[in-house]
Amino acid sequence: MSVLQTTRQIWAAPIVLGIVSAIGLVSALLGDGIWDALSWMAFTAPIAAILWAIARAISHSPSL
Amino acid sequence: MVLTAESFRRWYLTHKWTSLICTLFLLMLCLTGLPLIFRHELTFWLGDAIEPPEHVSASAPANVDALIQDAKGRRPQDAVKFLTKDDDYPMWFVSLGDTPTARENSAIFTYDQRTGEFLKEYPVGHGLIYILLTLHVEMFAGLWGTLFLGAMGLVFVASVVSGIVVYGPFMRKLPFGAIRRARSTRLAWLDLHNLLGIVTVTWVLVVGVTGVINTLDRPLLSYWQMTEITDMLTPWKDQPAPTKVVPVDEVIRTVETAAPDLAVRFITFPGTPFAGPHHYMVFMRGQTPLTGRLLTPMLVHAETAQVSDSRHLPWYLTALLLSQPLHFGDYGGLPLQLLWLVLDLITIVVLISGLYLWWQKRKSSAEDLLMQTEWAAKSDYPLEPSAEAR
Repeated sequence: MSVLQTTRQIWAAPIVLGIVSAIGLVSALLGDGIWDALSWMAFTAPIAAILWAIARAISHSPSL
Repeated sequence: MVLTAESFRRWYLTHKWTSLICTLFLLMLCLTGLPLIFRHELTFWLGDAIEPPEHVSASAPANVDALIQDAKGRRPQDAVKFLTKDDDYPMWFVSLGDTPTARENSAIFTYDQRTGEFLKEYPVGHGLIYILLTLHVEMFAGLWGTLFLGAMGLVFVASVVSGIVVYGPFMRKLPFGAIRRARSTRLAWLDLHNLLGIVTVTWVLVVGVTGVINTLDRPLLSYWQMTEITDMLTPWKDQPAPTKVVPVDEVIRTVETAAPDLAVRFITFPGTPFAGPHHYMVFMRGQTPLTGRLLTPMLVHAETAQVSDSRHLPWYLTALLLSQPLHFGDYGGLPLQLLWLVLDLITIVVLISGLYLWWQKRKSSAEDLLMQTEWAAKSDYPLEPSAEAR
């Protein structure tokens, strides 16, 4: 944790998740069926990132 | 992106104060908005409306005028204002008012589109959905309540944008997704606040901005009524009132022939502000998820059932109509509604954790926070990220 993160390292994940979320917002407007499914998949990305981070914090953190 | 200590302090204070101003209102909006994601489903679950039967033995579509007459018979003193088609079910809503120009509805009746059978009276001015919706839209304070919530929405957008700016410096020593659980409860919540906030930021900004646009619906519709609608009605301004009014079925046949690729969404009746005394105004929608949200107004003469005029919607109403699905989350089926629910819950956690973080350290300055994030520990300007990055 002592290593400074570069701007790229800080922003890579948020930007990718932001773009994926934007795809999720727009695709369901464009059509039904496959477009809806694309939207559902896109929106699971930010939620999956949160679950991943919480799971990692629980398993890696030393007990208090 | 270069952020000096001074500009970090300014952005941090912006984030703190904009958040403090809007958080309680945003919490109210998130809590009332949560059940409203399922507004259409709730309407049926609560029994406010009943679904038309799946199969009926009607040979031809029902006479629409017959159900208009039925509605008039139920409230002879009232005027029919609108006829609206349900988006999902073969169902008409007939909205009545004390007068054709009354803003408030006096009653709404639902009918089976195939048989013309009366289904149910939809509750007006009471019921759980009405309370949730009125809180969410205007806090029972009318147009000023709506505009106030719009202003709070703008403050919220400023809070989110400043939150994005201060996220970078906070993450200088932390890999993405790190949650420092072992150090202190406050630090764990700070990391969680930053993580939940940054990964949902696109959604929150879109729902926030479209919410602000939606608060302008009444002024925008009034402006349109005063300008373009008035312009469309001007040629008939000085003509005598129509001696007979054609049944609405003829109007529907006319517009469906004139615009075969569009479908009727709702019809405003003669005498209402959007139709004028001599016409019906029919609002047509497209057939795709996108164009289904947009409306094409067609002015149909009430005596002759001829199309008098048809216009494109002005850009500001197109923006309003497109901002509705993006705010409501009702355009991608039940899974999208459930995702809206989860993202709404995450936003509630971000709001409450933000309040908690402020309460815990309300006496500490931005500088203390920098120290706590260990990120200002090194002497030379740690606030300027290295030049190699974007």
